[in-house]
Amino acid sequence: MAPILSISGLSKTYDTGFQALKSVSLDIEKGEVFALLGPNGAGKTTLISIICGIVNGTGGSVTVDGHDIVRDFRAARSLIGLVPQELTTDAFETVWATVSFSRGLFGKPKAPAIVEKVLRDLSLWDKKDSKLMTLSGGMKRRVLIAKALAHEPRVLFLDEPTAGVDVELRRDMWRVIRELRDTGVTIILTTHYIEEAEEMADRVGVINKGEIVLVENKAELMRKLGRKQLTLHLADPLDAIPGALAAHNLELSGDGSELVYTYDTQGERTGITALLQDLNTAGIRFRDLQTRQSSLEEIFVNLVRTPS
Amino acid sequence: MNIHAIKAIYRFEMARTGRTIFQSIVSPVLSTSLYFIVFGAAIGSRISEVDGVSYGAFIVPGLIMLSLLTQSVSNASFGIYFPRFTGTIYEVLSAPVSYLEIVIAYVGAAATKAIIVGLIILATAGLFVPLEIQHPAWMMLFLVLTAITFSLLGFILGIWADNFEKLQFVPLLIITPLAFLGGSFYSISMLPPFWQTVTLFNPVVYLISGFRWSFYGQADVGVEVSLAMTFVFLFACLAVIAWIFKTGYRLKA
Repeated sequence: MAPILSISGLSKTYDTGFQALKSVSLDIEKGEVFALLGPNGAGKTTLISIICGIVNGTGGSVTVDGHDIVRDFRAARSLIGLVPQELTTDAFETVWATVSFSRGLFGKPKAPAIVEKVLRDLSLWDKKDSKLMTLSGGMKRRVLIAKALAHEPRVLFLDEPTAGVDVELRRDMWRVIRELRDTGVTIILTTHYIEEAEEMADRVGVINKGEIVLVENKAELMRKLGRKQLTLHLADPLDAIPGALAAHNLELSGDGSELVYTYDTQGERTGITALLQDLNTAGIRFRDLQTRQSSLEEIFVNLVRTPS
Repeated sequence: MNIHAIKAIYRFEMARTGRTIFQSIVSPVLSTSLYFIVFGAAIGSRISEVDGVSYGAFIVPGLIMLSLLTQSVSNASFGIYFPRFTGTIYEVLSAPVSYLEIVIAYVGAAATKAIIVGLIILATAGLFVPLEIQHPAWMMLFLVLTAITFSLLGFILGIWADNFEKLQFVPLLIITPLAFLGGSFYSISMLPPFWQTVTLFNPVVYLISGFRWSFYGQADVGVEVSLAMTFVFLFACLAVIAWIFKTGYRLKA
């Protein structure tokens, strides 16, 4: 299946000389939720802004469902909905007016039923006649999502959708995103919250200093890059790690009752078998054991920190 | 053509006018009435006729033009500057609308509002002096062309300005003097010959002259010249706007 969004060799150098994107290439499949992770200033927003037509790219090309974003901007943009990072709304408009405005702006005829559905889905219906300036930050965020959905886009960009949003609202938004995906909308979200990517994404891309460092299926990524820890709860506390076990990558907890073994799931051998044998030989008994996989956040921090 | 988008922006801008109705309509009407009282009734009664027209009636076209110019420029500049200032411009830039459609919508709304103000002032003038319009069709033509031209100028200003001060600066320090010195309150022929020549470099002279001709059949310069010059300004503004969109000047990084 052809990708719904295809980015090839996209670069951007601002007038200041700052190179925000360095030949980024990326394909997004129809119907997936793609999370773009990266530290501040990595180029996430620049990338989205170019695709949506807010910033001009310096080189490379982007197509949306086969339509070039420059040559065929009408077709490309009418497929896209954008929820910006900043809470930029008109102050004096009502929720209903601003969402209807967005629909018209994207070339769609008036459709009160669709606007109503969007507002209801986002729990905004009882606020439809409220002026935007009277809404809380979380509500404004919902309004921005409603505006982006008013023209029934096939691709939705969410630039840090849950920044500054409370936990309850965040869960609400995740629900909305899942429902959207179920209707076949492709979703690309940028986030600082690894939890969000972990919760929502099918695939994860990591961008750092204007380059895509990695694109991977989320489960695969966690399996591949995840470090695992094996914790052994000892029957009898130890004072120090016995010399016979020095070859293993072990740590002893403060009170000496736990041994923690860190291993790499990417490695050919995990070394667990050898460790357990050596423990047996040394006569160290344990009551229990557990393994723990590192979170996406730890993986991410490791990736971005490692000099490329 | 994305007609829905043009309509959406146009309606949005007109709704803004509706919300600020007092500022938009009442204040120009009030200030114009004051001009009539001061220049038309109080001082004007001591001035003899100009070109066979009573002074009060003579200044009607100039006063309408004065408001039309300042209204067009300020409406259009504010209309595009404000979304830039608040950041809501992102939506227009990301929408499937062409530059032409953006201009038609914003400039169309600004011009509409200016024309409404102009017509209200015309009606207000009717309360003070007997109105006489010899060429109504020409009057409307000049009204519409001028409103569009100066709304285009305002649009350029709104994109150029990067703070509110600059936004106020041009109407206040450039448009108003040009309008005052462009023959709003006097006939160019009243000036010494040297200043008559200088005045011909003021674009507003042609607008006011042509507009006054449509009322009283008399003009400082030929009506054809007025019309031609109006089009020259119109196309000059369009050329600048075309350049703005081509380069993304102050709109797109």
